[in-house]
Amino acid sequence: MTPESIRQVVVDILAVINPDNKDRLANIDDEQPFREQLDLDSMDFLDIVLELRKRFRIQVPDDDYGELVTMASTVAYQQPLMQDIQVG
Amino acid sequence: MHDAIIIGAGMSGLAAGIRAAYFEKRVCILERHYTIGGLNSFYRLRGRDYDVGLHAVTNFTPPGSRHGPLARSLRQLRFDRDEFQLAPQLTSRIAFPDHSLSFSNDPGMLESQLSEHFPGQSDGFAHLVRELPDYDDLDETHYARSARQVVESYITDPLLREMLFCPLMWYGNARQDDMDYAQFVIMFRSIFLEGFARPHEGVRLILRKLVRRFKKLGGELMLRSGVKKIELDEGRAVGVELEDGRQLASPRILSSAGWVETMRLCGQPAADQDRTGQLSFVETISTLDQMPAELGHGETIVFFNDSTQFHWRRPQEELCDLRTGVICTPNNFDYDPSLGGLPDGVMRVTALADHAGWTGLDEEAYAEAKQDWSARSLASAVRFVPDYRPHVIDTDMFTPRTIEHFTSHINGAVYGATTKCIDGKTPVENLFLCGTDQGFVGIIGSIVSGVSMANHHLLRD
Repeated sequence: MTPESIRQVVVDILAVINPDNKDRLANIDDEQPFREQLDLDSMDFLDIVLELRKRFRIQVPDDDYGELVTMASTVAYQQPLMQDIQVG
Repeated sequence: MHDAIIIGAGMSGLAAGIRAAYFEKRVCILERHYTIGGLNSFYRLRGRDYDVGLHAVTNFTPPGSRHGPLARSLRQLRFDRDEFQLAPQLTSRIAFPDHSLSFSNDPGMLESQLSEHFPGQSDGFAHLVRELPDYDDLDETHYARSARQVVESYITDPLLREMLFCPLMWYGNARQDDMDYAQFVIMFRSIFLEGFARPHEGVRLILRKLVRRFKKLGGELMLRSGVKKIELDEGRAVGVELEDGRQLASPRILSSAGWVETMRLCGQPAADQDRTGQLSFVETISTLDQMPAELGHGETIVFFNDSTQFHWRRPQEELCDLRTGVICTPNNFDYDPSLGGLPDGVMRVTALADHAGWTGLDEEAYAEAKQDWSARSLASAVRFVPDYRPHVIDTDMFTPRTIEHFTSHINGAVYGATTKCIDGKTPVENLFLCGTDQGFVGIIGSIVSGVSMANHHLLRD
């Protein structure tokens, strides 16, 4: 998967977690934390991790939750985990 | 083989089941009865629909709010809030002799009522609200504190304190006389700062949505499947045996049966039996030949108490204590006009009841007691609302016996054990609690409990 398609995966997940995010996602700043931009709480971060596991069998250890801060850091973190996944 | 077994198809069990099934766990919910819902259930009698449990959904925040337990739990279950058709309350009232306080889903109403009726207490009340911890910040220290002591330090008028405690205890206090401060905070926020709402169709709509979603996600629901015992192997839970002898293996078990009740199923009678709750209710549900508004009653819920002192105890001398009660009028919510009103006028009156007294009656005495106390409950209620008795065309009553039957709670204790098990852990490995005895009550509380216990105990590998 390319960084662009990984980014799209994250966008899709954030929209599933909270449909109200859709408008905000269109204007998200990839370099700024999404906690504030999307008003996420700790439960939402758990959901990002669980959705990734459900969709791509990726395990994110508890200690690595801190990597999921901005869109850019999330995509960078996932890239080595997802580079071999073929998009269907 | 399942990944998880959930005991009880009430709100918390169903919410936990949805969460686990959504994340691809093979999960089975075992329900003793032929129907779902536990304490929050519904039935049809003489051609009319009745709800048990739910008066109102608490924690109501307007559409679009992203915070608070209602928005969060719906999000976590991937529900759109429109699906629940939540109609906000009109106004409710705390009615004591010579004093009453009305409140609505706008916290400003209670504030202005306070400054009108208790002018010297407004600052203390504002201070109490300002320093109220957020839900996520509650910890053991808040659970260990006496709410009465905390509130005394802000509000000096004893009557106002009693009035504020009355609805909060009625809608969620498992302990007698006092409540722990954490529970006070949860109830205060969910009632006074958030608010009441009701689905047009009542509790059945919520249950139907939950169970359909659970099944659609591949979850298995087994009705008439009471658990006889939880099987242990070297101190770990490994499965269950059902009352009909069937055995089911599972590496994780989440029980909504209650703390003492669940430990009994393990053959390990809990040492701390004194945790068992004492508070049970009777409720008289009356169908009227007119709408309550036509009789001059336009309020949603009235919490009444007939003296300056509010008594929150199991009745000792009689089957019921009618000094305090709750009058709920399901018609008086702001329903969407496109859905129309409810088919009948309905008034529900709840009173404190003595479980031992009610369960000790033989069938004939039980039927007589229901009639007697139903009439007395109404007589008590109409001291605080227009007398609707001449308009009653049908009545039904549920008692501590009914509550015990559908919840399995010892003593028919509506709000379960007096000490909660906030982390959901039990002394038995792989066995966890959700629901009332984990720590949250009410519809939204139960859903929050199911979701968070699934997150902690079923979804982490």
